[in-house]
Amino acid sequence: MAEILVIAAHPQMEQSRATRALMEAAARLSPARVQVRDLYALYPDYWIDAPAEQAALAEAKLLVWLHPVHWYSMPPLLKLWLDEVFSFGWAYGPGGRALEGKDLWLATSTGGPDSSYRPDGHNRYFFDAFLHPYEQTAALAHMRWLPPLVLHGAHRAGDADLAAHAALFAERLNTWPNWPELADIKADASCDVPADARPAEA
Amino acid sequence: MEHGTPWLQSSLVYLSAAVLAVPLARLLGLGSIIGYLGAGIAIGPWGLQLVTDPQAMLHFAEFGVVLMLFLVGLELEPRRLWSLRRPIFGWGSVQLFGSAALITGAGVLAGVDWRLALVAGLGLGMSSTAIGLGVLNERNLMGTTAGSSVLSVALLQDIAAIPILAIIPLLAAAGAAGHEGGGWLGAAKALGVIAAIILGGRLLLRPALRWIARSDTPEIFTAAALLLVVATAALMQSVGLSMALGAFLAGVLLAESEYRRELETDLEPFKGLLLGLFFIAVGMSIDFAVVLAQPGVVALVVLGFLVVKALVLVGMARGMKVPLAEAPVFVILLAQGGEFGFVVFQAALGAGVIGAQTSSLLVAAVALSMLLTPLLMVLTDRLLAPRLARHAQAAKPAEIAEEQHAPVIICGFGRYGQIVGRLLNASGYSATVLDHSAEGVAGIRRFGWPAFYGDATRLDLLRVAGAETERVIVVAVDDVEQSLAIVDLARQHFPQATLVARARNVTHWYSLHERGVQHIERETLDSALMSGRSVLELMGMERHTARNAALRFRQHSVEMLHQMAPHQGDEKRLIAVATQGRRELEALWSREREERRAQKARRGEGFHADGNPHDGVEPPAT
Repeated sequence: MAEILVIAAHPQMEQSRATRALMEAAARLSPARVQVRDLYALYPDYWIDAPAEQAALAEAKLLVWLHPVHWYSMPPLLKLWLDEVFSFGWAYGPGGRALEGKDLWLATSTGGPDSSYRPDGHNRYFFDAFLHPYEQTAALAHMRWLPPLVLHGAHRAGDADLAAHAALFAERLNTWPNWPELADIKADASCDVPADARPAEA
Repeated sequence: MEHGTPWLQSSLVYLSAAVLAVPLARLLGLGSIIGYLGAGIAIGPWGLQLVTDPQAMLHFAEFGVVLMLFLVGLELEPRRLWSLRRPIFGWGSVQLFGSAALITGAGVLAGVDWRLALVAGLGLGMSSTAIGLGVLNERNLMGTTAGSSVLSVALLQDIAAIPILAIIPLLAAAGAAGHEGGGWLGAAKALGVIAAIILGGRLLLRPALRWIARSDTPEIFTAAALLLVVATAALMQSVGLSMALGAFLAGVLLAESEYRRELETDLEPFKGLLLGLFFIAVGMSIDFAVVLAQPGVVALVVLGFLVVKALVLVGMARGMKVPLAEAPVFVILLAQGGEFGFVVFQAALGAGVIGAQTSSLLVAAVALSMLLTPLLMVLTDRLLAPRLARHAQAAKPAEIAEEQHAPVIICGFGRYGQIVGRLLNASGYSATVLDHSAEGVAGIRRFGWPAFYGDATRLDLLRVAGAETERVIVVAVDDVEQSLAIVDLARQHFPQATLVARARNVTHWYSLHERGVQHIERETLDSALMSGRSVLELMGMERHTARNAALRFRQHSVEMLHQMAPHQGDEKRLIAVATQGRRELEALWSREREERRAQKARRGEGFHADGNPHDGVEPPAT
């Protein structure tokens, strides 16, 4: 019964440095505590077994999304996973409380350095600005959104930096939920959908 | 059989004999031809005596051989036939006249009259085209070197039958007189008819077939196909030529036409049944009285001519460069006597060259050798083939001793294996290919792939191909039994290799699954699903929805197979599981349709679904 579920998504895992280092670090932890699911290896044909994914989620108390930032967002298979697994009536909407009270944590990496994610940098916005959809997703699914772990400038990170970052990731997984900062975050920024409005309409 | 409708009675007898005996023989691993021969013996004068005039049936059923040669011709474009001219006339003559000379010599030495010895030599030198090509077809060996060599020799025998039948009357001193002059006229007529067939085939047949096809009446096209063969055969017979040869020529002339496949499918069932009838007739015509009267002599004749012919053939196999592993097939199929032997002995009997007693004895010897052939083939498979393969290894070091480093072996390089191989190749991987077609192997080698000719069910060959160090063995052969044999070998001897197997059908899938093969693909599943998708799209379904339906179906189908696998053999349980599975899928889909309707209804109430990620893709989870 793993209480931590790491959903890893990288469309070219063989070329990945950061995501793979973190995924491997997580895989070395006790399988009784941490289950790692590599989405692109599990579903190369984009045919997601939603019941199996929901079963894995049901066991977990902490859900980790581990992926690189592509076009300011998640890789397409993870988005599909979200569409299929966080379903209406299960994760949200009437009776959709399967994920209530669980934590959602993002571990991600960007190609651009920290300095590019500023109004005067070429990405023009602070990185936090790109995370609003994530935060709101967590809120709609009655989950607690944890402060993300971000590695900027992943292309230029040296081996030592990567190893240190992966060690930090593993350490954080090991110590959850005893993170000092969690004391300040309120349990659930829940937003129930009014009965007369369909949720998630852009 | 005097009362009622005789054809109904005899159909009853022949068909039930075939239906009972052939599956039984196949079950015993003996092949269908032995089944037919056995059925013939069973219903013939020496069995249940249900049929008493085998000769009449033999004449009728000979048309099966004619049809078979027409179909063989269809597979052989003129260009390929032309490239076979040397094996046909050169090696074919070596076989027939070499064997005939040796048998005649042996006969004369044994103190037999030289004319009788010559007739026996010529008659026994012939081989059975029907059994030879039948066995080749049954084992899918037509494309191999041995296959085309057997065909070449068989063709020459068909051609040579004409002058041989002309010579026989000359042997009888009395019958010689009337035939002078007539020979020239006969030859001219024969040439004329052959020219007519070639010209007619080139110029008239295709327009005629086009005209008939345009009438859009399938049974008339079938009738035309039969008529074509019957007419050619009749034309050939009218000038004393081999009907089968004429049909073969007509087939070759149509090999490049657009009607080739159509003709093949139309005539195939007729050929199969008539050929079966022919074998039954051969079985019936074995005169066991003669055999029982002089069992020693018959045995000596059978053994003697088989050995002599085999000697000639072994020499030829070497000269024709038939691969060592294919040599037994080549030798056995041509060493037997053939139906032309019957004709030769009949003619000699008619001309008074040999007596009735001798004729019966020779006919029995030929028929017995025909019965022995399929049995010998089975024996060779079990005993000789593995040893020869080891020999082949020693004999061709350049080809077979190479160290193989490709991490993948592909067994069977037909339509399926080729796609696997080309995908690997395009992705920068090499593979070692094993295939039973020598020609195919030569072709693959030209592309620089390590390819071996041979039967992948042989342990030694797999070993040479490097199976002991391979990571992956792809089993892509056509034949289910061979596929399972390869899997068994690999599981036992090369446990380190992962098996990737092609399943011909569900039963095959189960057999593979039972053996622990993890990567099994049913060969038709994915293409059929793609066609299903096309149909759904044409019915107006959105393309992506159709894709999802197909993938859902695929998942369900694969899950069902896994669920049913443990219940193999328990029919009731299987049906129950299958029924339940189908119900589940139907329920799932109707739930989904319901969901879609509900969504549409909600939209109608003022909600727009754009932006809802769940628009009918997944039902709400339970």
